[in-house]
Amino acid sequence: MFNLAGYGPQIFKGTVTTVELSLLSLLVSFVIGLLGASAKLSKSRFLRGLATVYTTIIRGVPDLVLMLLIFYSLQIWLNDATDYLDSLQNSIDFEISLDPFTSGIITLGFIYGAYFTETFRGAFMAVPRGQLEAARAFGMKPFLVFRRILFPQMMRYALPGLANNWQVILKATALVSLIGLSDIIKAAQYAGEGTFRTFYFMSIAGLVYLFLTTVSNGVLLLLERKYAVGVRKAVL
Amino acid sequence: MIYILQNFGREFLYTDGYHITGLAMTLWLLLISCSIGFCIALPLAILRNARNPLIWGPVWLYTFVIRGTPLYVQLLIVYTGIYGLHFVRDSAPLAAFFKQGINCTLLAFALNTGAYTTEIFAGAIRDTSFGEVEAARSLGMSQFTLYRRIIIPSALRRALPVYSNEVILMLHATTLAFTATVPDLLKVANDAYAATYNPFASFATVALIYLCISFTLIFAFRKAEGHFLAFLKP
Repeated sequence: MFNLAGYGPQIFKGTVTTVELSLLSLLVSFVIGLLGASAKLSKSRFLRGLATVYTTIIRGVPDLVLMLLIFYSLQIWLNDATDYLDSLQNSIDFEISLDPFTSGIITLGFIYGAYFTETFRGAFMAVPRGQLEAARAFGMKPFLVFRRILFPQMMRYALPGLANNWQVILKATALVSLIGLSDIIKAAQYAGEGTFRTFYFMSIAGLVYLFLTTVSNGVLLLLERKYAVGVRKAVL
Repeated sequence: MIYILQNFGREFLYTDGYHITGLAMTLWLLLISCSIGFCIALPLAILRNARNPLIWGPVWLYTFVIRGTPLYVQLLIVYTGIYGLHFVRDSAPLAAFFKQGINCTLLAFALNTGAYTTEIFAGAIRDTSFGEVEAARSLGMSQFTLYRRIIIPSALRRALPVYSNEVILMLHATTLAFTATVPDLLKVANDAYAATYNPFASFATVALIYLCISFTLIFAFRKAEGHFLAFLKP
């Protein structure tokens, strides 16, 4: 159907990288979002302030700027830290170097964690208090309350926001090619430069993204149906 | 950081002596792409709610494709892709247009924000309460007057909070312009980084500038909401 001029495997590998990167970033930002939402709703003033500063700054600064900031600075900070450790130990020369893939996950997770924090905060607040009090009355430990009562009900309210954030993360992975990751866009660029058909290969990259967003939309609809079990809807 | 501000302060704000750069360029990109996007979105939002699938179908396809692909891909298609096509290079006016990075950037940005804005406005038009429309019809308004006097003003007001979000996201998206050689804020930050090898100071400076623009926009939109949505106040 498509004439890929021998660049098919590269483009496929790039697609896999893009999907891996977005799924892992989703995982990281999901966890950060849960922690951030708990911090925002906690009784400690310090934690609340910290989470507010985090979400405000991250959501006010463009993701590309943050990505370049973190990508270039993180390596320098790591080098400084490992140099310091070296000077303490004086024995082995020890260093950590970040590849674009890892730093992409860290930065995307850190950035979109702020958006997840806001989504989860709203969803946590939507779960009726009585549910949690009833669970505690049954003698459940806090973690059990979270796992059995709060989380499943919270997901129902959070899913539309999550779906939105997931689409944004998936599209934001396109930026990671700017810090040197060989994802689908890099593959399409190489193929386009090699064959002088940039328009064609870039359109293929666009179609791949379109396919990914459409498929994940379907999956999220199924998930929404799963978490909406037991909710009665008005029949119009 | 002080060194960067002393050496790149003018570039960050408005010019490098030859071109408009930095803040002025970013705001210019934002203003033009949002204005063109708004002009595209308003008629398309009305068509999006048409009953005939031949009318709303193409509009749906446009928003679906644009919203389903990253802006970076769209920018690369417009900037590097289109100029590589033979018929574009052969026609002088098209070649002259697509040769300029800024034209391509503005085109890609306007089409992008136009799609998102279309969906925002279409949603607001869809949510117009039937009573308003029926009341207007009962007064004998024609379809055009109905849209001009009742539906559009009310839909735009109700869309304002979501639209303000889209403008902020567009501000964040303008950072991609530097990949098409447009000297916006991020390009100046990149230059500062290349000159000083100090990534944190260069990018943190520009992050602070973006933060200030974001806050100013949020404040302005809050004021606008207070003015235009005053009837919703408790």
